Amino acid sequence: MEVEHVTMRSYLLGFFLSLFLTLTSYFIVVEHLLTGSSLAVTIGGLAALQAFVQLVFFFHLGKEPSPPWKLFVFLFMLLIVAIVVLCTLWIMYNLDYRMMPADMNM
Amino acid sequence: MTASAAHEQETYTKTVFGFWVYLMTDCILFATLFATYAVLRNNTNGGPPASELFSLPYALVETLILLASSFTCGLALLAIRRQEKIQLMVWLGATFLLGASFLGMELYEFSHLVQEGNSWQRNAFLSSFFTLVGTHGLHITFGLLWIIVMFGQFWMKGISFATFRRLECFGLFWHFLDLIWIFIFTFVYLMGVG
Repeated sequence: MEVEHVTMRSYLLGFFLSLFLTLTSYFIVVEHLLTGSSLAVTIGGLAALQAFVQLVFFFHLGKEPSPPWKLFVFLFMLLIVAIVVLCTLWIMYNLDYRMMPADMNM
Repeated sequence: MTASAAHEQETYTKTVFGFWVYLMTDCILFATLFATYAVLRNNTNGGPPASELFSLPYALVETLILLASSFTCGLALLAIRRQEKIQLMVWLGATFLLGASFLGMELYEFSHLVQEGNSWQRNAFLSSFFTLVGTHGLHITFGLLWIIVMFGQFWMKGISFATFRRLECFGLFWHFLDLIWIFIFTFVYLMGVG
């Protein structure tokens, strides 16, 4: 039967890269190496990188025979997630801003 | 390829793809919970903020346990391809124990928060926190039940097309839960404290 090909090497690589990325984010926060938005961007980026590592080495995404339906569904999911999350944040922060008490000088 | 082998192949491909589509919709569910948490995280209503509630070393241990269980789950997927039933049971058992320790730690953290008066009823921040992390914990609980059922099936039926297909779906499910946890660890715990 034709099944997804998996190797020990891919699991070991995925495991150690994930371990490294997790510990890196942890130490950046614990040692207060960064603050504010640079911290958010850095550890958010490290999380995205780790997600990519696991998608490649644990999920074997993109290794399926053509046409890559799993990859298409995944990319469509990313589009929906981006719309839902980014638009929610945009709308709610904008609402927050407009609901602030009126300025005393007015 | 014989007719029955072709049939098994088709069932395998369709089932795994269908399960993948379910996981993608589950990602959207978690995305809405993450968005809710991001919006409500500062609405503490006079209660303690995230930085006073969460312990980073504790969350790191949870993360490492779940990552290790994702790895042992991968080893079980390798063992079933080599038709080694004993190794398969060992790695599946290790996945179960690691998953159960993770769930135990999470439940302990929850009960600790509730005892200190910081339950989901206290403020919007804690409501969204318990919903997001609790939904993940509920998935883990069902994953553990799934392992128990598969243990029984491997015990009774051994390695077959059907049990292989089910383990393959479970593997995707378990790796997916680790993937979601990376974002919970980063956005809830690390950014909450940092």
